Amino acid sequence: MTEQVHIAIAFERAGWHPAAWRESTARPNELTSPAYWRDLLRTADDSGVALATIEDALSLTDRFEPLEGLRRDRVRGRLDAVLIASFVAPLTRRIGLVPTVTTAHPEPFHVATGIQTLDFASRGRAGVRLVAGASAAERANFGRRAAGVDGIPASGRVEDSPEIIAAFREAGEFADVLSRLWDSWQDDAIIRDAATGRFLDADRVHNIEFEGEFFSITGASIVPRSPQGRPLLTVLAHQTVPYRLAAAHADLVFTTPHEAGGRPGFELDGIRAELDAAADELRTGDERLRVYADLVVLIEDTGAAARSALARLDEWDGAPLTSDARIVVGTPGDVADVVRELAAAGVDGVRLRPARQPADVVAITEKLVPLLRSTRTLREDDGAGTLRARLDLARPESRYVREKVAL
Amino acid sequence: MSRSIRQIHLAAHFPGVNSTTVWTDPTAGSQIDFASFEHFAATAERGLFDYVFLAEGLRLREHKGRIHELDVLGRPNTLSILAAVAAITEHVGVVGTLNTTFNEPYELARELATLDHLSGGRAGWNAVTSSDAFHGANFRRGGYLNHADRYERAREFAQLAKELWESWPVDGVRADAATGVFLDDGVPAGVRHSGPQFDVDALFDVPRSPQGRPVIVQAGDSADGRTFGAEHAEVIFSLHQEFEDAREFYDDVKGRLAQYGRGEDSLKILPAATFAIGDTEEEAKERSREIALQQVRPEVALTYVEQVWGRDLSGYDPDGPLPDVDPDTGSETARGWANRHAAVRARIAKLRELSEAEGLSIRELVIRLTAQHTFVGTPAHIATEIDRYVQERATDGFTIVGHLTPHGLDEFAERVVPLLQERGSYRQSYEQGATLRDLLGLPALQTARAQSAPALAAR
Repeated sequence: MTEQVHIAIAFERAGWHPAAWRESTARPNELTSPAYWRDLLRTADDSGVALATIEDALSLTDRFEPLEGLRRDRVRGRLDAVLIASFVAPLTRRIGLVPTVTTAHPEPFHVATGIQTLDFASRGRAGVRLVAGASAAERANFGRRAAGVDGIPASGRVEDSPEIIAAFREAGEFADVLSRLWDSWQDDAIIRDAATGRFLDADRVHNIEFEGEFFSITGASIVPRSPQGRPLLTVLAHQTVPYRLAAAHADLVFTTPHEAGGRPGFELDGIRAELDAAADELRTGDERLRVYADLVVLIEDTGAAARSALARLDEWDGAPLTSDARIVVGTPGDVADVVRELAAAGVDGVRLRPARQPADVVAITEKLVPLLRSTRTLREDDGAGTLRARLDLARPESRYVREKVAL
Repeated sequence: MSRSIRQIHLAAHFPGVNSTTVWTDPTAGSQIDFASFEHFAATAERGLFDYVFLAEGLRLREHKGRIHELDVLGRPNTLSILAAVAAITEHVGVVGTLNTTFNEPYELARELATLDHLSGGRAGWNAVTSSDAFHGANFRRGGYLNHADRYERAREFAQLAKELWESWPVDGVRADAATGVFLDDGVPAGVRHSGPQFDVDALFDVPRSPQGRPVIVQAGDSADGRTFGAEHAEVIFSLHQEFEDAREFYDDVKGRLAQYGRGEDSLKILPAATFAIGDTEEEAKERSREIALQQVRPEVALTYVEQVWGRDLSGYDPDGPLPDVDPDTGSETARGWANRHAAVRARIAKLRELSEAEGLSIRELVIRLTAQHTFVGTPAHIATEIDRYVQERATDGFTIVGHLTPHGLDEFAERVVPLLQERGSYRQSYEQGATLRDLLGLPALQTARAQSAPALAAR
């Protein structure tokens, strides 16, 4: 039997190529317009893509980009991802909506309630992708923290940076607080008992009383339990420390496997072995961690056209495209081959990062997805109502229900 | 001799957590399902309201050490729900309460700018302060501000937010594909701010939004609050509903505008208003009474006095006189109850005086204090009254609060609004592409287009 995968799309302003905004099909003056996001997300929604992630950062510059000599030939400025997702929620029907949130500055309470509200507005299609730590530019914007992460250490290993380790501990607390707040109302907390005048049963709403290294959060959520119970929690991970964060807290991890003989240390088998080991040690829930592979894609009808499009973009940018993820440039068939190969290797899904928006989003939805469907590589939508159901993840019961049963 | 008719401004308040919202009514729906917001927003747009307005929840209210059980509890995150409402509406403004104490200026400013972009220029921000540890316990820094500092932080917050919003010129995104210039040098302007509350060296990452910045709404009523309102607010959501009181407030606040170089039209005052409609005056009075009895059920009345007294009064009869015991002022800490901080003993003395003078039971007293509807009568009577308030400069309009979710505005939109239109003091339709600032009749931002052109040319 053919292995099947879900397809996700990672939305990022004008696309993942830094010069993508200069394409004739790009809409560089509309990147902050409602129409741009409505069109993109509806296109993805209609095609059968399972989920959309939306990038974000709390700075004008990219994550570890120096402010000095700021390149003005790249897209600058963006909208808040949680609010883009909330805006498109009523305008889409099936696609999962997974905005990016940084864990260093935002309040976990605001994020928890914002994502729960997204779950209500989308009728059960909300998720979140957590990014650990704050860059120097983000810290300057907030002015709250002097010290923090300023880049990947020279060794390339995040475990050699105490600042990064701390940022991931904070992200772990953040994830923990989100799921506790999401559990804080039991499903049946609202009783509307006119006889006694009680709107809710206080025994079924729980202050979380969280005390951590980075923050303490006392109360329950202000939002009743949302359609999915707990919205989908995801992270992107490349190394041991983030793999462990994913194993301990996430429902789904985005990874960056490269082809055999490609980038050393990024073979899919190695990534999965490390994730499995971390999960054995750290994972407490019943559900297996879902693993998605990221690909940057640039798609044209012929390989030559795709290569020439990339060459044009690279020339504009002044350097060849680089990425943490594997880059696939070619026809829909070429990309489908890579997706099938990843599916055969056992990933649960593939997240495509379109090099150009909307051009490659259109190519994904109009060409690639039908191709994957025809070869039965695409996991079809079985009419599941919520994102969790679509990804075969059970709707979790509130931990407070479980605790009561255990007593 | 045509004297121009002052135009009425109406906002639609989505019921929050309080005893105003009747959940026991058989037609009461969910306060959280999105269908309720769809219905409510559609009604507001049908009624040609200026904006829908949402309060904010930062912690569930507690009573006697437990999460409060009697009133509607549980609501959405303000920003997320407003972004979703913006998607399903075309004209009506989206305004939410967002705290200056438990947010950071950079983050909140980018969220509000995002909302302004996504709504096509319909965003507004009701800036409020908080100083109490009860709400603070849900946030990273806890209840770290004392009362005196909270307006200091609010002022500095608003100032910094404005600087961030205005740090991008109009049309600041050049996006010239031919030359490869996405942003000109110097765009956005860096914002350096160093004050007691904030010390940032920021580059704002959201291009200038359609309104330049969201409309700033304010609700504080203290002397500090009024000063903040006169300096920064474009709308004041007041609680002064009674005519003379409303006019006094109106005169006071509008009188403060000149010292900030602002004209009368740069600030709109929209007090909260509740209503009960009937085909006759008698019927409306009966309806008002019915609603009040639903709002102030016996257990709700007891809770009210327990909050004032700060102690358990469950043994008292809600239909009997006020408790004859002293309050426990030591435990008078707010547990999520607004407007309960006042000097307790003075307050109780006043309550006793009122209940004795009018022979009111506990429940009748609470009804008298919390469930007197602002407007009671036929649609024609209500329309006349609303118009009178506006024409005689007691208000610029009202923030209408219904008692039911989500249908509480329907009758008002269907029966009162057409009569306001007939009087010539209410819009007949939305103007295509109007921003919230346009709907409110606020002056365009002076800093916007005028400044941007030379700034760009100079670079």
